[in-house]
Amino acid sequence: MSLVNEIDYGTPASPSTEMVTLTIDGRAVTVPAGTSIMRAAMDAGVEIPKLCATDMLDAFGSCRLCLIEIEGRAGTPASCTTPVAEGLVVATTSERLDRLRKGVMELYVSDHPVASLDPCQQDDLELLDVAAQVGLTENRYGFDSTRHRNTGLDVSNPYFMYDPEKCIVCSRCVRACNDVQGTFALTITGRGFDSVMAAGSDQSFLESDCVSCGACVQACPTGSLIEKAVVEQGKPDHSVITTCAYCGVGCSFKAEMKGDQLVRMVPYKGGAANHGHSCVKGRFAWGYANHKERILNPMIRKSTSDPWQEVSWDEAITYTASEFKRIQAKYGVRAIGGLTSSRCTDEETFLVQKLVRAGFGNNNVDTCARVCHSPTGYGLGLTFGTSAGTQDFDSVEQTDVMLLVGANPSDAHPVFASRMKQRLRQGAKIIVIDPRKTQLVRTPHIEAAYHLPTLPGTNVAILTALAHVIVTEGLCDEEFVRTRCDWDAFQDWAAFVAEPRNSPEALAEAIGVPAADIRGAARLYATGGNGAIYYGLGVTEHSQGSTAVMAIANLAMATGNIGKPGVGVNPLRGQNNVQGSCDMGSFPHEFSGYRHVSNDAVREIFVKDWGVPLEKEPGLRINNMLDAAVDGSFKGLYVQGEDIMQSDPDVQHVAAGLQAMECVVMQDLFLNETANYAHVFLPGSTFLEKDGTFINAERRIQLVRKVMEPRNGMADWEITCALSNALGYPMHYNHPSEIMDEIARLTPTFAGVSFEKLDELGSIQWPCNETAPTGTPVMHIGSFVRGKGNFVITEYLPTAERVGPRYPLLLTTGRILSQYNVGAQTRRTDNVVWHDEDLLEIHPHDAEERGIADGSWVKLASRAGETTLRAQITDRVAPGVVYTTFHHPDTQANVVTTDYSDWATNCPEYKCTAVQVSPSNGRTDWQEDYSAFSKQSRRIATSEAAE
Amino acid sequence: MGHSSNAPNKLVAMANQIGTFFATQPKINVPEAVADHLRKFWDPRMRNQITSYLKSGGTGFDPPIREAVQLLVTQDNQ
Repeated sequence: MSLVNEIDYGTPASPSTEMVTLTIDGRAVTVPAGTSIMRAAMDAGVEIPKLCATDMLDAFGSCRLCLIEIEGRAGTPASCTTPVAEGLVVATTSERLDRLRKGVMELYVSDHPVASLDPCQQDDLELLDVAAQVGLTENRYGFDSTRHRNTGLDVSNPYFMYDPEKCIVCSRCVRACNDVQGTFALTITGRGFDSVMAAGSDQSFLESDCVSCGACVQACPTGSLIEKAVVEQGKPDHSVITTCAYCGVGCSFKAEMKGDQLVRMVPYKGGAANHGHSCVKGRFAWGYANHKERILNPMIRKSTSDPWQEVSWDEAITYTASEFKRIQAKYGVRAIGGLTSSRCTDEETFLVQKLVRAGFGNNNVDTCARVCHSPTGYGLGLTFGTSAGTQDFDSVEQTDVMLLVGANPSDAHPVFASRMKQRLRQGAKIIVIDPRKTQLVRTPHIEAAYHLPTLPGTNVAILTALAHVIVTEGLCDEEFVRTRCDWDAFQDWAAFVAEPRNSPEALAEAIGVPAADIRGAARLYATGGNGAIYYGLGVTEHSQGSTAVMAIANLAMATGNIGKPGVGVNPLRGQNNVQGSCDMGSFPHEFSGYRHVSNDAVREIFVKDWGVPLEKEPGLRINNMLDAAVDGSFKGLYVQGEDIMQSDPDVQHVAAGLQAMECVVMQDLFLNETANYAHVFLPGSTFLEKDGTFINAERRIQLVRKVMEPRNGMADWEITCALSNALGYPMHYNHPSEIMDEIARLTPTFAGVSFEKLDELGSIQWPCNETAPTGTPVMHIGSFVRGKGNFVITEYLPTAERVGPRYPLLLTTGRILSQYNVGAQTRRTDNVVWHDEDLLEIHPHDAEERGIADGSWVKLASRAGETTLRAQITDRVAPGVVYTTFHHPDTQANVVTTDYSDWATNCPEYKCTAVQVSPSNGRTDWQEDYSAFSKQSRRIATSEAAE
Repeated sequence: MGHSSNAPNKLVAMANQIGTFFATQPKINVPEAVADHLRKFWDPRMRNQITSYLKSGGTGFDPPIREAVQLLVTQDNQ
């Protein structure tokens, strides 16, 4: 194996369809109009020397190395900034060009602290490669001249370092930060010899606005910015292309290895989801794979009050199977179930649901989508006919108006947020519906046209009010509606939304947003060109989550914003493979491909393939499992890579449910919070240690490739197979590709998918079948999956969770950039330097009223429970609203959230909890008790406590 | 708050909540729509609990939901 070296064309590709032919070094080259001569030359296999140019960035024309000569034109223009033209005759080498380049290069080298011109002297130094390329063999100025930029090393960032001495002021880092990432954290300060890149206002990287996405490090040609891992471990010797295991964007990375050690993750330009960009999590936060707290041996115990006993895999699997068999014999077939993991691969989630349906003999299988995007499945299924986003990410390049509802992509989907920012800087507009002033409301060079800071729990009201304006002001796309949608359903819906009680004026007080802003936003979305809706858990995690999803679908259909590039309804899925886990049949009522278990014809297909009778009744959802456990009818649970004790609402109830079970089996990398209540621990494998696929928020299926052997001895799919075999239902696969073959055989929307085709195409967006053999980037072109689009009436019904004298504030919860979900992975990396505790955001007015100082400890109490954490006073939240994250188990933010849930799917209402906040001088009883219990529960008989 | 099980009162509250959506939809039979939803998404033990509760004279049902659960009872008896 060798390193995957991607071609750098120097400047971005031109989108033009007009072709131009020119001659470069005697060769005829035909390229799209607008292409730079540098890129056209590279297309023809002629690499022009360059330092300030790279194809991730627009041309800059500063390094003076990429000079060319053009017949009939004077001078030596830069090839990066000179576009092609029909009939041009270009020379990239000549005695004059060679001389000029050598002279310029010699000056660069003279002010760089290299000891010689040998490219082998320092790893990863593009500067010396280019010096060799231009034929520079000597440096007449010597290698010990005055260093002009010797302001000292900046090692403040945990993952990379900055050596100003090595900076040649090419501005690639600054432009990467601005143009690709959109943070504008870097700048060039000083003049002449004093010019140097600086973070923020001459701050350290850590103190600056830098979000540590790594784009600057990737762009640096001189080693001035370099990963600490490369400095410490040396240059990687081979690389493997794989898919990130954080968030639903699904970035492609080159896992660059030295032997069997991972040196760094470099975003892959060929990745269709990320196009070579990354965020701090995917780029740098992979150290958890080797964290000292990782559990590598299976463990069992009779009681959760006992210490763990390490056992062999055989013993652990045999014990689990015997316990599950015992429970089913005593309490019935439906007394056990399983949870699939959205952090595991499609193949692994498919096997867990197969184990439950075919091995356990019931449908008690669920997944974390229950607590995030299950309303998307229900809502989009009812309106469009299928449960997925309609577009690819590239679609945003043709969007004119973005309607962002209840999502904070800058923190939760950062690489796509950068794409959004790029489009917004080009002139597109954005409307943000969110109780908080999230980054896309106002960030450098971007200001939302409208920020509608709704009171938590009023999404359906504002979405219906937007529809009211669109219908009553005649802004519907009637032709689209008449041809593509159910006209009768539209008329019923239009009459409903047009009622005066649904007007912005009537609903403004409940929503907490001025009616004029709602009207303005509606007009902009309906008339501003291509309108695309992006939404997140701020929509779904409500008692009316499914209704809000339908309201969003209604808006898109009414305005004709569906079925073409630039528009659509786009749920931003949370975890890396939450789309895939849903597609794979992880819900208790449906098989893979969203087909109900009661459908006899569908069930028969699986019965024939799997060779056992299958249950036709829906199984229990996660929350129903916990309820049934408390009731005494549910006694055993197999959990694949999920931490319901931290992520699910009302954790005291979760604890009660888990405590009531007789065999909880936890399969994970670490002893997580759920493991405190487990009787069997099966150590899991990381995404670096197995083959498989993930599916991102744009339905894109991408390969996960094994780069090292599983440290625990088995990939997760092998563990599930072992358990199934021990239970008496045989599962034998030689490789995950065989599991995907089975998925394709049983699932019409995956019929054309195979590992071989994924390897060939890079990725595939489902549906992929006979009619769409290479996949489907944009859905619902020509007709909806269900035929005619279905408008659904969306009556606003306030949640039962109300504020009152005891609990006068509304809590909403969410995520932060540097941490991921329950933090099991990111808390075990240096990402904790940015966020080492959950904080409570509170408005200055509410803080003052309660005597709360910034940084002080406060008690956060609701009807469900209470916890303590520190306050952060900010106007990001409106008066009456408080916000926190749920990344840290010490806080247990979900002690406070309630068991209210979406009417259709039981997705918990995380985003709206009535609370009180008061000064505190100590931890709550729950925190003290849980902390003691957790410590006790993590004892391992043969070693120290793991955490 | 603090429902700790599939206790009948919780199931009734959940069914009533489902009914609030269907009650707003035009041209549908609300009890049938709710009963269909319960059949599609509730595990049999939950349906048995709520039907048993109704049969034992349970209270708290919104009128269309009482009808919906009665439809489940009738189906069970067939």
